[in-house]
Amino acid sequence: MQKQIPFMQSLLLGLVGLGSFIGLWHGLAVSGLILDVFLPSPVEVYDRFTTLLDRRFAGATLPGHLFASFQRFAYGFVLAALIGIPLGLLMGWYQLLDEIVSPLFDALRFVAPIAWVPFAALWFGTGIGGPIMIIFAGAFPPCVINAYRGAKFVDPRLIEAANMLGTPSHRVIREVLLPSSVPSIISGLRVSAGLGWQSLVGAELIVASAGVGYMMVQGQANVSTTTVMAGMVAIGLVGLALDSALRLAERIIQRRRGLEN
Amino acid sequence: MPRRVSIGFVTILVVCVIWYAVTTGFGIIPSGRFPSPAETWSAFTHVSGRGYGGGDLTLHVYNSLRLVVLGFLFAIVTGVPLGLLMGWSRTAEALINPIFLIIRPIPPLAWIPLAILWLGLGDAAKMMVIWFSAFVPSVINTYAGVRNIDRPVIEAAYMLGIPKVRFVSEVLVPGASPMIFTGLRLSLQASWTTLVAAELVGAFYGIGRVLNVAQQDLYPGMILVGMIAVAILGWGTTRLLGVAESYALRWNTAALAARG
Repeated sequence: MQKQIPFMQSLLLGLVGLGSFIGLWHGLAVSGLILDVFLPSPVEVYDRFTTLLDRRFAGATLPGHLFASFQRFAYGFVLAALIGIPLGLLMGWYQLLDEIVSPLFDALRFVAPIAWVPFAALWFGTGIGGPIMIIFAGAFPPCVINAYRGAKFVDPRLIEAANMLGTPSHRVIREVLLPSSVPSIISGLRVSAGLGWQSLVGAELIVASAGVGYMMVQGQANVSTTTVMAGMVAIGLVGLALDSALRLAERIIQRRRGLEN
Repeated sequence: MPRRVSIGFVTILVVCVIWYAVTTGFGIIPSGRFPSPAETWSAFTHVSGRGYGGGDLTLHVYNSLRLVVLGFLFAIVTGVPLGLLMGWSRTAEALINPIFLIIRPIPPLAWIPLAILWLGLGDAAKMMVIWFSAFVPSVINTYAGVRNIDRPVIEAAYMLGIPKVRFVSEVLVPGASPMIFTGLRLSLQASWTTLVAAELVGAFYGIGRVLNVAQQDLYPGMILVGMIAVAILGWGTTRLLGVAESYALRWNTAALAARG
């Protein structure tokens, strides 16, 4: 590994990197080597993005589509957390449950969340129920796995100490096991938010009549590359905001525990 | 763990019995919602014999598998060297990292409409999105792997005047390889998800195409067959990668022991 380079220099290099990436994109778009229909310039994408903020496309404005997407995401994500975290914790605490559920869970894990789309559409329709189920399918496994890890890898000395002092088992769960698995649960939530958001986009591309994914499919059908790209930007921004919020929560909890490294 | 295995076996058996009971036995779940074992079997013989959605099962499996393997290999060939470069050279890191930071939050699936606009509904568009979804985890984990190499190892190699080529092949790649394989496992998973999504959006052959046609035909048996096929393929390729990993890391007893 090379030596650290000074901060200013690395900032400068970063700007050069970003600048040449955007410059190359802009140059290719403006030069006419690639048809404008296929590769609009960054300026056009930005223009389209701002236009979509208050003009309807595919039934709603961009904020309207984002709201529809986010609402579905929130339902699916909360549902996954509400079911997944208790299941994972119980699997970590009770070996028999772990041995019963694990084989089923492992078998289902290999089904890509998106492969649930046909059944989701069949069972819950394409409005709000179907997409929620896909988000659930994407967000559920990380919730379970991380809660399980959190519960399973509690420092045994803590449990032994609690037992030695004669703590009743419900208090051991509430005051020892649960608090010590929180950091792992939060990391799991972050992973599952990412996967859930990604599954939502996939679901909206295939079955939905509103949402950013739907807007992008309509953009694609109308050969409006700027709309597609504006949708990608919006999806990226919301995903980034979600991840940052959960990252912040993770850091706050770790700091309160003195676990920060 | 014989206890674990036997309990697992019993669980699967019980689930199959319940499946039979609620569909065929008591008819609690109508066959329009979820297929019975017999319907699933008949869907399987249907797609593997007469064919369904434009071809028989072998053709669909072959197409999906081919796209995933090609896209995944292409991502390794491009992603791992870039990760090595970014891990090694601070200049390359400073130049490229910001571009990654702005592209990374966009989920790979969001590239599907753009890929279709650019390359149509054929194999090329799917290769592009699979490559993209597998590329990012390969780069990031390789990069982290290089950063995790013990400094004394690198300094010792330098002190002994190692030539550049041997430094890469004997220090950098082996040192980063446990993390590289972690990245590859994530890449493989992402490849399957992306492929299924891309084929559901539009394709001529492939498992996703089977799922898509079955959804439109309201054919639950075929949907289940498609999902089982996706699961088996995902499981099989992950196992293959695991075999490759333990072969490639057989020198690294610590990494193997940690994996168990």
